Amino acid sequence: MGAQKKGATARVSEDPEELARHPLQAILLADSFTTKFRPITLERPKVLLPLVNIPMINYTLAWLESAGVEEVFVFCCAHSKQVIDYLESSEWSSQPNFSVTTIESHNSISAGDALRLIYERNVIHGDFVLIRGDTVSNMSLTQALQEHKDRRKKDANAIMTMVVKQSKPSPITQQSRLGTDELFMAINPVTKQLLYYEDKAEYSKGFISLDKTLIADNPSVILHNDKQDCYIDICSQEVLSLFTDNFDYQHLRRHFVKGLLVDDIMGYKIFTHEIHSSYAARIDNFRSYDTISKDIIQRWTYPFVPDVLCGSSAIKVERQGTYRASDVTLSRSAQLGSFIFIGQGTKIGNDTKISHSVIGERCTIGSNVTIEGSYIWNNVTIEDGCQLRNAIVCDGVILKSGAVLQPGVILSFKVVVGQQFVVPAYSKVSLLQQPTQQDSDEELEYADSTSGTGELRSDKLNGDIAPDLSETASELGTGGVGYIWKVFEGAYDEEWRHSVAPIPTDKLVKLMLDRDEDEELLTQDGNVISASGELKTDSDGNGSEDDDNEDSRDDYVSFEKEVEATFLRAVHENVKVDLAVLEVNALRLSYNMASVDCGGAIFYSMMKLAVESPHNSASELHRNAADIVTTWQKLLKSFLHDIDEEIEVILKFEEMCLESAKDFAALFPQILHLLYDKEILQEDAILRWADEKEGADESDKVFLKRSEKFIQWLREAEEEEEEDE
Amino acid sequence: MPYTNQAAALIHSVKAVGERLIAANPVELAVGNVVRRVLHIVREEDLSLTTAAMAGLNLSAESDDEDDTDRDNHPALSAAAIAAASRSTLRPPSLQTLLEDVPDSAAVPHTSSSGGDSEGKSKSADKSSRSRKLKHDVIEAVNELIQDISTCHELIAEQAVEHIHQNEVILTLGSSRTVLEFLCAAKEKKRSFRVFVAEGAPRYQGHLLAKELVTRGLQTTLITDSAVFAMISRVNMVIVGAHAVMANGGVIAPVGLNMVALAAQKHAVPFVVLAGSHKLCPLYPHHPEVLLNELRSPSELLDFGEFSDCLDFGSGIGAPLLHVVNPTFDYVPPKLVSLFITDTGGHNPSYMYRLIADYYSADDLVLERRTTSGN
Repeated sequence: MGAQKKGATARVSEDPEELARHPLQAILLADSFTTKFRPITLERPKVLLPLVNIPMINYTLAWLESAGVEEVFVFCCAHSKQVIDYLESSEWSSQPNFSVTTIESHNSISAGDALRLIYERNVIHGDFVLIRGDTVSNMSLTQALQEHKDRRKKDANAIMTMVVKQSKPSPITQQSRLGTDELFMAINPVTKQLLYYEDKAEYSKGFISLDKTLIADNPSVILHNDKQDCYIDICSQEVLSLFTDNFDYQHLRRHFVKGLLVDDIMGYKIFTHEIHSSYAARIDNFRSYDTISKDIIQRWTYPFVPDVLCGSSAIKVERQGTYRASDVTLSRSAQLGSFIFIGQGTKIGNDTKISHSVIGERCTIGSNVTIEGSYIWNNVTIEDGCQLRNAIVCDGVILKSGAVLQPGVILSFKVVVGQQFVVPAYSKVSLLQQPTQQDSDEELEYADSTSGTGELRSDKLNGDIAPDLSETASELGTGGVGYIWKVFEGAYDEEWRHSVAPIPTDKLVKLMLDRDEDEELLTQDGNVISASGELKTDSDGNGSEDDDNEDSRDDYVSFEKEVEATFLRAVHENVKVDLAVLEVNALRLSYNMASVDCGGAIFYSMMKLAVESPHNSASELHRNAADIVTTWQKLLKSFLHDIDEEIEVILKFEEMCLESAKDFAALFPQILHLLYDKEILQEDAILRWADEKEGADESDKVFLKRSEKFIQWLREAEEEEEEDE
Repeated sequence: MPYTNQAAALIHSVKAVGERLIAANPVELAVGNVVRRVLHIVREEDLSLTTAAMAGLNLSAESDDEDDTDRDNHPALSAAAIAAASRSTLRPPSLQTLLEDVPDSAAVPHTSSSGGDSEGKSKSADKSSRSRKLKHDVIEAVNELIQDISTCHELIAEQAVEHIHQNEVILTLGSSRTVLEFLCAAKEKKRSFRVFVAEGAPRYQGHLLAKELVTRGLQTTLITDSAVFAMISRVNMVIVGAHAVMANGGVIAPVGLNMVALAAQKHAVPFVVLAGSHKLCPLYPHHPEVLLNELRSPSELLDFGEFSDCLDFGSGIGAPLLHVVNPTFDYVPPKLVSLFITDTGGHNPSYMYRLIADYYSADDLVLERRTTSGN
């Protein structure tokens, strides 16, 4: 029996090792749970949208496979059928040593729901990689995984490792290259622990606030605003159960990460892993779609570049970053600029100019067409004389001759733009009408209801296009088909921030001016963190005395009151000195005060207590003071580490005698003597104080004169000592 | 098309597999080379069996169109002996045998192509035994090829003492296992010489080579690539590895080598390329099937984080102003190469086409196109 039991325990102890040997698993969320890619995502899931002519999910899966992941669970929600069909027909369903399993859900509205569902399925048996289906990377997981495992061995609470990459945000727009908001992260540079995560900083205020304990508990903290969150997380199993326990966690970052960082009861920790030479980024919006496409064309994602993914025989890279399929029909007079991709079977007519663009398969492009910075998907027909600038044109779109797309236009599937029609900038055009009811929470994607109606709607469209055509002819010129979506109030700001088009210069100029104003404001008010993320250093060195700032003065007064209250409580409730020290220390940290201030404040409270306790004569007051000082000298001593602090106490006392507690004025030398006797003040401190006061105004010298005898005595004592030696 | 014989079927399936192998990594020309070598082996073995069978059956009239003198001269030899003889021709021949056999080898493409046609004429009586024999011979020859490839480093290194002399200064760029073993072989033979290693940016494999050379006790100097021209006047010989050797004697080599070759030419320093015979590619560099270069990630050159503000397409004109080009290979034209040292000895660039005629069948040169048109 005993042996059996022993065997059982041995097996248990082996368990973590066994878990570590599990095949590496990954959860791929094939749904962004956002509406940023609407109207395109009403008809096709985001992960299947072509990124440089290859569906996004292929980049993610190819990376997972190369990184040594053996089992991938693809969670699909919106348009789940399309995703499943695609994966089944693709090469991914038949890869050896790499299994792709789909998990379908129809009622998940957030990443949290998805993870809860996966937890219920009980398919994850160890550490796993959590990734979105719209993430492009070429990083090696080996090191990050090893770091994660090593940390786990030391500390079971290290449940997640987040991959970050350096990337500078634009100083003008406060947004990253990827169109997301500037991200602030506080990271412990030694342990790499993530301490703070804020992606929705309020720029209007121009500062971010950090919890003081953050700085108190960590010997060093670096606040970064130049780190980009790659949305690649290495998680332990606990992450899934945490999502289940906290059923209100929806968003991975906003709820889960921030929740863990704030929650100090469970003590779960998140760490970061910074990648340097490799690439990782997530397509969050149209802006990042544009940026990442260009990164891919510039081969930052190598080996996940079109010519390698498709096989070089199909697509060849030519000079100046031109990717061309083998059977492109190109007119002799067509001008292909740099950084372009042209897919198979595409025909390009005379004098057409193309630069910085991606053109998909089987497109027909007429003559005298200008295409700049645009993304044209498959089977698109562009007739003669069209002009496209920074637009996304989905499958099956027809641009009649002379149509113009202004920057930032999104044309969803099968839209027809009429002759000579100019589609205004930032328009989103779709065959589907705009959903009238916008979700109140912009983060949560429709999932069931809206996508359902969307599909219904397209069915209906296939049935009778004629009425639609006549109905919408006015919206997109003669012969045009589609609805131009209206921009919601308040979303104008998002429009240009997240668009494929670069931010127009007038906006930049405006932002620049705003920023200059902000900076002026900031320089006036020196006590805030500037927008560029620099912490104003208010170190222990310069006490509040030098700081004539109103704010800190107020701070000091309230600090003093707090200390006094603490002290009184300590006196009345007979709190131990150690505990009182602790409490005062805590106060000091939360008010960001130096220990000089504490000494002064405690002494002030002590004297105040002495004054306020009943007394009839000066001698009685002296006795009171002596009592209190004797009882609490340890408390006071623990904040008086050096002479400066002691001098501060004397100055404080002087101040009190002049203002709040005039009773003490007469007793000044006696109290000074008392403090000297109790070894609270060293003679050096008193003498230094005396020396300092020597040169001061007459009015300031009142107390110096009163204590002249005492000081004289001190000096003589010192001389005697010297003589003795 | 129906296969009347085993060899054609085998060639077809090898081609199909080979095509996929090549498509998987078209930059690695050695894959295609080995596939072609195997095809050549199959053809040769089949040919030798056919001639042997015909000789055995005394059907010399039908073999008239075969001007393989070797076999015509000895019609009475047994099939096994002929097979052995034909295999001996498959062995890496020396320069001498090549020079002697010029008229015969020139006819090889012709014979091998007509060999397939003559298959139908051969009688099926000994078919099963022949196919078994073919299998055996092909396997044996392929094993020999494998052996050749795995020992090519040693075979090349054996020749080191002939080329590296006392107190010489050798310059190399980047890292190559062949070069390392070549230099070490010379060192082992008690030659004392110095090596300059150009670091080979941006992958800096020269650093690894320098480290390795130092552990083997060689006097090594590491220089930047840009210092090559300054140092070349002190160098006695440039010895480098190759990614592939083309049919015209041009070399596809790690990036930076063309510059080294030009510097060597300027100072009349011999530029020696070491390459195993599997790197000998029967294609010409202007051939459309040849993918001459591979562009790798710019991250090898610069740190993305530091340059991310140059790549912000959200502001400005929205187009990348910074373009980072990171090619893997250089093409060194044949006129800049002084000597090739392969596992079969030293060769002039102008002799490369001869070696190719010996290793490959003309039918196999364009592997992809043939198979796609055949399908």
